[in-house]
Amino acid sequence: MSFLEMLYFIIPSAILYATPLIFTAIGGVFSERSGVVNIGLEGLMIVGAFVGIYVNLEYASTFGTATVWVAMLAAVIVGGIFSLLHAVASISFRADQTVSGVAINLLGLAVSVFLVKMIYDKGQTDMITRSIDRFGIPYLQDIPFFGPLLFRDVYSTSILAFAVAIGAWFIIYKTPFGLRLRAVGEHPMAADTMGVNVNRMRYIAVVISGALGGLGGAVYAQSITLNFSHATIAGQGFMAIAAMIFGKWHPIGALGAALFFGVAQTLSIAGSGIPYIQDIPAVYLQILPYVLTIFALAGFIGKASAPKASGQPYIKGKR
Amino acid sequence: MEHVIEMLGIRKEFGNFVANNNITLQLKKGEIHALLGENGAGKSTLMNVLFGLYQPEGGEIRVRGKAVKITNPNVANDLGIGMVHQHFMLVENFTVTENIILGSEPTKMGVINIKNAAKKVQALSEKYGLDVDPYAKIEDITVGMQQRVEILKTLYRGAEILIFDEPTASLTPQEITELIQIMRRLIAEGKSIILITHKLKEIMEVSDRVTIIRKGEGIGTVITAETNPNQLAEMMVGRQVEFKTEKTEAKPTDEVLTIEKLVVTDYRNIDKVKGLNLKVRKGEIVGIAGIDGNGQSELIEAITGLRKVKSGHVKLNGTDITNMKPRKITEEGVGHIPQDRHKHGLVLDFPIGHNIALQTYYQSPIAKGFVMDYKKVSEKARQIIKEYDVRTGNGEMTPARALSGGNQQKAIIGREIDRNPDLLIAALPTRGLDVGAIEFIHSRLIEQRDKGKAVLLISFELDEVMNVSDRIAVIYDGQIVDELNPKETTEQELGLLMAGQSSKNNMNDAKEGND
Amino acid sequence: MSNRVINILVPIISIIIGLIVGAIVMVVSGYDPVQGYSALWTGIFGDSYSIGNTIRQITPYILAGLAVAFAFRTGLFNIGVEGQLILGWLAAAWVGYAFELPKIIHLPLALLAAAAAGALWAFIAGFLKAKFKVHEVIATIMLNYTALYIANAVIKKLSDGSFKTERIHDSASLRSPFLRELTDNSSLHYGIIVALLMVVVMWFILEKTTRGYELKAVGFNKHAADYAGMNVNKNIILAMTISGMFAGLGGAMEALGTFGNASIKAGFTGIGFDGIAVALLGANTPLGVVFGASLFGSLKYGALNMPNAAGIPEEIVSIIIALIIFFVASGYIIRVALQKLSKKKEGQ
Repeated sequence: MSFLEMLYFIIPSAILYATPLIFTAIGGVFSERSGVVNIGLEGLMIVGAFVGIYVNLEYASTFGTATVWVAMLAAVIVGGIFSLLHAVASISFRADQTVSGVAINLLGLAVSVFLVKMIYDKGQTDMITRSIDRFGIPYLQDIPFFGPLLFRDVYSTSILAFAVAIGAWFIIYKTPFGLRLRAVGEHPMAADTMGVNVNRMRYIAVVISGALGGLGGAVYAQSITLNFSHATIAGQGFMAIAAMIFGKWHPIGALGAALFFGVAQTLSIAGSGIPYIQDIPAVYLQILPYVLTIFALAGFIGKASAPKASGQPYIKGKR
Repeated sequence: MEHVIEMLGIRKEFGNFVANNNITLQLKKGEIHALLGENGAGKSTLMNVLFGLYQPEGGEIRVRGKAVKITNPNVANDLGIGMVHQHFMLVENFTVTENIILGSEPTKMGVINIKNAAKKVQALSEKYGLDVDPYAKIEDITVGMQQRVEILKTLYRGAEILIFDEPTASLTPQEITELIQIMRRLIAEGKSIILITHKLKEIMEVSDRVTIIRKGEGIGTVITAETNPNQLAEMMVGRQVEFKTEKTEAKPTDEVLTIEKLVVTDYRNIDKVKGLNLKVRKGEIVGIAGIDGNGQSELIEAITGLRKVKSGHVKLNGTDITNMKPRKITEEGVGHIPQDRHKHGLVLDFPIGHNIALQTYYQSPIAKGFVMDYKKVSEKARQIIKEYDVRTGNGEMTPARALSGGNQQKAIIGREIDRNPDLLIAALPTRGLDVGAIEFIHSRLIEQRDKGKAVLLISFELDEVMNVSDRIAVIYDGQIVDELNPKETTEQELGLLMAGQSSKNNMNDAKEGND
Repeated sequence: MSNRVINILVPIISIIIGLIVGAIVMVVSGYDPVQGYSALWTGIFGDSYSIGNTIRQITPYILAGLAVAFAFRTGLFNIGVEGQLILGWLAAAWVGYAFELPKIIHLPLALLAAAAAGALWAFIAGFLKAKFKVHEVIATIMLNYTALYIANAVIKKLSDGSFKTERIHDSASLRSPFLRELTDNSSLHYGIIVALLMVVVMWFILEKTTRGYELKAVGFNKHAADYAGMNVNKNIILAMTISGMFAGLGGAMEALGTFGNASIKAGFTGIGFDGIAVALLGANTPLGVVFGASLFGSLKYGALNMPNAAGIPEEIVSIIIALIIFFVASGYIIRVALQKLSKKKEGQ
């Protein structure tokens, strides 16, 4: 394999693996920016993956080519609703946000597998018949080097992921909603005295994270695993958290981190066929995203710091 | 004259605790109305009711004659009520403009129009003489400027009635003077002001009328011009208050604490103590007078070993204790009443009894090897609770968090004095306490002095330094710029020194500290 | 109602609501909750075999619960019990098969190795927190996956490409013919004694030693601890390390008792995360952990009987456990409700 061929293989694959991470990580950015830690992204992805596969399997004949999109929409809605549990517990009931997130993870997995067993009477679903397609972008795919690298085998969901990242940046940094969101995560009482409804902002942010986490799960299941079982989502949600931190709680940063982690995942899975890479034990590539995130937090790769009020419930009148 | 605000018979409860009981406050248009009360009397609660942060259980609020229900700060804003909070409500990593527009952002097609907003902020700041940089980040500007941002926040929303909650607490004397000018300018522009404070001097200087509350009860309203500080103090505390603390002449003997050319840096590695010299002798109280942020915290932390000394020496009874571990220094004979009792002085989630063991838990008789005898902890705790009159709900097992500030401080003082230290450092020992607790603490400090101990008192309150100290050392920009006899100096002279102006008798020493 | 009563009522109410919601889920899904719960009951207490296996299941839960609870009590959130447990598992299995020693040395050595492996892994998180202010929740999450992949790679290497290590020697095993016979051939082993011993160890450290006082003080308020001359960083690292030691021992229970080897895992064991539930339910006290572990261990093991005896997927129990965690974590609202209730009663 020539170096160019290698790149043409690695980069599209990396983008494929990065896409679900981008959605989920940006969901995490919304939640954490509002001051709610969301460890439950893994569980939300699981729910999204299940819903995506279920809708795809059941309604493929009804919706035809639109099936994957209907499935994703369903995952967005169910993910958003499911995340309300986390919102109610950690915002209104003042539960420890980490504990509530852990419960979301346990519940997401348990409910999904329970339903799979109930509906299909076995531990995993069949393979879906309609998966997310790739296509070539006209004209762009003919550009030398960049064409085959970026535009020849594109998933529409990857384009959506980039759009979501840019949209999130715009919302968070350019709109009143974003200003209030950040204020609520940094100094909720200040926001409250300015008439911003702290808990409402946090509810919205958590539901956005649930919707995007659900989307990430549905995209992952419909483009990579193509079925659902208890092991479909194995750490993707936590890797999205890592991408969010590595991206310093910034949507574009999270996008970059997710792409980077996508490369690491591709190499760890397909590395044995690639010269030079095959000499690196896969375990190094597998642990790379996590180890790098720790380094980032330790300040070796620029200082990453979380929103100030993250993790704390807002209690009126308490200083 | 027209009343713009009337709070009639306000009652506010928190569980079983009545924070406000039947309080009435009427604000006339164009006046500065002071709300006076001790710490914990219920001033902030009353104002939070007015600002919509709390809902009252009883009473009525009228704005410009109309009864209103203020259910949240938005309603207050709409009624033209703005609040300048004591603890600034500012998002540190936002710019001045972003902080001001938060919650009512001007937009162009859904996007915040930051340029327009900044222009409006600039215009407001010029109109009221509130100098700020619209694009500066809050974390980069001075406390004084942060307060101006707080004021601008209310003006931006068109506030006609401004509530100032303890606005001078963290300001320098110049900034206080400036603030008073700002308040007068606001009045001239037709605004009305409620000023929350417990400082009598400010009230006499700036207010038109005073409403006094005590322990949640409304005591009455008086016209400032027809009253005097003594009467106000009596109304505030409920009895005659001695402004002078009773004490005999100090008889200092040997040096206990000797500080030579001390240099200490802060967490950003910037020098905060710059070649400071100081001596404290047995049998005297030395008061460090100065404005917050001139190196006091770093000085105390350096003496007690909590912060590394960059250069210079700290000696205790002739022994060099520079850069020793905090525990070693404590054992050498230093007692320390820390300036922030919640942060450093207590483990709030421990029972008060366990807190009393905080400095001695590892020593006999409490510890036997690595095993801890909690019975001995309780014994010691009960003794100190009794001796220092610490009021607890459930004896030594009451959580420290559940005690009032005064009782928490008494427990800390008991713990530190009980170890019989040669040097007692008391940093802001009376901050946030009521008059009864303040008197108790002052008398204990003087008692230590009379027993022949050295006492180092750090305070931001001039009254406290003047009343309690036998000698005053003025700290400015990390140096002791002058030492004075409290009987021979005036507040004016001290104030000038604290602000970095040299006094008549040693112009040369202080010159370099003046920037 | 006194605080103490409320503190005990909150978990009990949470369990009851959890079970009720579980029943509702069963009804909605078309299952018979009575049949379901009786299958669960039989699965736990049906015969001596079940009881033996239930106790076996409880054993690692106690240790995982202690690990989480100990960290909580010292102001830390160890969400990395999972990773520490996996490495403890691997270390115990390796010492178990790689050495040939008399039992009196071999078994303790294998246990010690597991404790050390878990402690080391947790130490990293403690060190990062103490020196670089890295929040331990994030650090331990990242270390969980790192541990999983490393353990898998090591097992592959040790077994020359296979998916599990050799079996441990009998000299390192916690199993005993006596316990097996007593419980009708269940896989009950002596690990429960190790676990209960550790319950005492945690209680002793926290309640009886000066070190425990320091650890708690640092956990509640490190500034005050610093003021009192305690070494804050050292105590943070030590607290994390002790917590990891419990977790590592939890892994040893699986290696030396239940499975007798270590195998490659596609995902987490779940014991570490369930440990959070156990600690929470037990209010982070040593004795409470025993109760919490008993409940969750029993539910988990008993659930295995549900598909066969009642045709209900065993995940229903995981749903119930997750719900119980929600309710315990939302204890604030239960407290408010209880206080209102008792106020009303007083009013009558």
